[in-house]
Amino acid sequence: MTAPVVSDAVPGEMRQGTPLLRVRDLHVTFSSRGRADVRAVDGVSLDVEAGSTVGIVGESGSGKSVTSLAAMGLLGRRGVQISGSVEFDGQDLLNMPEDELRAVRGREIAMIFQDPMSSLNPVLTVGRQLTEILERHTGRKGDAAKDKAVDLLESVGIGDARRRLRTFPHQLSGGMRQRVMIAMALACEPRLIIADEPTTALDGTLSAQILELLRVLVAESRTSLVLITHDLGVVAGLCDQVHVMYSGRIVESAPRRPLFAAPRHPYTTGLLASVPRLDQPRGIPLLPIPGSPSDTLPWSKGCAVAPRCSRTIDACLQGPPVLAPVDPAHLVRCVNQVEEDER
Amino acid sequence: MSINQLEAVETAVAHPEEAAGGLARDAVRRLLRSPTAIVGMVLIAIFVFVAVFAPVLAPYSPTDIDLTDLRPGVFPGPSAEHLLGLDQLGRDELSRIIYGARYSLLIGIVSLSMGALVGISLGLVAGAFGGWVDSVVMRLVDIMLAIPSLLLAIGIAALLGRSLTSVMIAIAVVNVPIFARLLRGSMLAQRQSDYALAARSLGVTRSRIVLRHVFPNSLAPVIVQGTLALATAIIEAAGLAYLGLGSPDPSVPEWGRMLAETNSFLASAPLLALWPGLAIVLSVMGFYLVGEALREALDPKLRR
Repeated sequence: MTAPVVSDAVPGEMRQGTPLLRVRDLHVTFSSRGRADVRAVDGVSLDVEAGSTVGIVGESGSGKSVTSLAAMGLLGRRGVQISGSVEFDGQDLLNMPEDELRAVRGREIAMIFQDPMSSLNPVLTVGRQLTEILERHTGRKGDAAKDKAVDLLESVGIGDARRRLRTFPHQLSGGMRQRVMIAMALACEPRLIIADEPTTALDGTLSAQILELLRVLVAESRTSLVLITHDLGVVAGLCDQVHVMYSGRIVESAPRRPLFAAPRHPYTTGLLASVPRLDQPRGIPLLPIPGSPSDTLPWSKGCAVAPRCSRTIDACLQGPPVLAPVDPAHLVRCVNQVEEDER
Repeated sequence: MSINQLEAVETAVAHPEEAAGGLARDAVRRLLRSPTAIVGMVLIAIFVFVAVFAPVLAPYSPTDIDLTDLRPGVFPGPSAEHLLGLDQLGRDELSRIIYGARYSLLIGIVSLSMGALVGISLGLVAGAFGGWVDSVVMRLVDIMLAIPSLLLAIGIAALLGRSLTSVMIAIAVVNVPIFARLLRGSMLAQRQSDYALAARSLGVTRSRIVLRHVFPNSLAPVIVQGTLALATAIIEAAGLAYLGLGSPDPSVPEWGRMLAETNSFLASAPLLALWPGLAIVLSVMGFYLVGEALREALDPKLRR
């Protein structure tokens, strides 16, 4: 046993300087009358360095999308309690007045959503939706905005851009629409892009194209990227730092290489085992993680993963485990970690 | 599929923007493909044409009386001079039906525009602001909804006197809550949509999201309701006239009143009841058919 640790370690706390986005102890609770509160995000801390790509991985309901929506102030007010702090470049986003926050959204931080079919307004042309953002944030009007919109569409690989400006979303394919969404996110050269499952609604080949496009654009413009996904394969190709979330908490946090080469949390190894791989012999069955997460205060009695974990021991149920470093950059929330020789 | 059709499809795929125009044009194209809509539009076209060109089309004035063949209890049926016969006062039935179209159309359009204008404004305010504004407006609308339209019409007629204006106001007031509720519900649903969230995440201002993104997307059910409300307005106008709440001038050829006046001669002259009844049914059916076809044409699920 290591020395008892009382509180969670913070990923990246060791590093120097202020990160671009600094989330500390973020809690989001949804309450509705007549039902138990749902703690969707339960003490998440993470940093996004300027120019880096951070992956947040977890299955449905793990709180990864809610984390980003809360940070952007997009959750609405009724029935939502948010605590903790979210700082972007030193500015406190959680307590920022709505109109200032609106100036940050799109200009400094932009988002890309999962479903390009429904994330574009069906009654406005693609060009109108692009120029609207340019007018809002850069003051470009008329032809200047239109020219910039053409440049943007070309930069995301849409040919014949000037004519595409006049098309409506329903006339474009899914991949095209997601390219348009990326163009809209890039419109004002934000410093941070949050992509929430950007390829989930697309098929395999398209998804690879879109990810490659994102990777190139982000690298060229030195934009930071937060990539939210349930797909470890997506993270593997793109992210510098990966946070694995379960039931509202980070369970493992590590740079990409150690996470894939030496995962310590049984949930992470479970996720890896459930992904099909080409480098394994054929016929080996995939190993799904049994069950699904529960949402009734899962961390209050012990480790929330325990009911679905193959390594559960008595200590798992004695109280919630803390996020502890196994080495300075690699944090794990588990009392019975997967050891080197077991993998 | 012939070779030509195949080629047409391929060109459409290759140049989507040439094949398809805006959303409205899409809807119109889908509308023109539906036989129901065609039948409905033909009926409406005839109705509007007759109403507009009534003085040209009608063989006689609707108030001219021809007493030559009129005996008590006997009504000259259709003849070469009077295609639909004469009514109980010796007026040409066809001319009265033709002029009646004007009143139906006038009442329908005016009451619908007034009702829709007020209803849409209320719905827009409620849907845009939400919260307590929404609650106040919607309770107001609920109260309006609770009053039976007939009672309301009688009240308004009592207040303003019997006139076409009273009828139009009554029908308009009945339409207000329908439009308000419809638009508000539609807007609340659209506010939760992904594109509204996406627009918010990119810093688009609230008023812009409501007016440019949410409102236009919420209009489809309102447009459909508008067509259907025209049909209902014609029925209601006829109903009110039938009950004697329409214009006090007995020479005004309202279809509902014509129907009411034939009540006592139903046994001897059933045809006189048939003509205005048929006119009401056909015009109402036209708007209903188009409304139903519009509902399908504007269905976002079919848009993809």
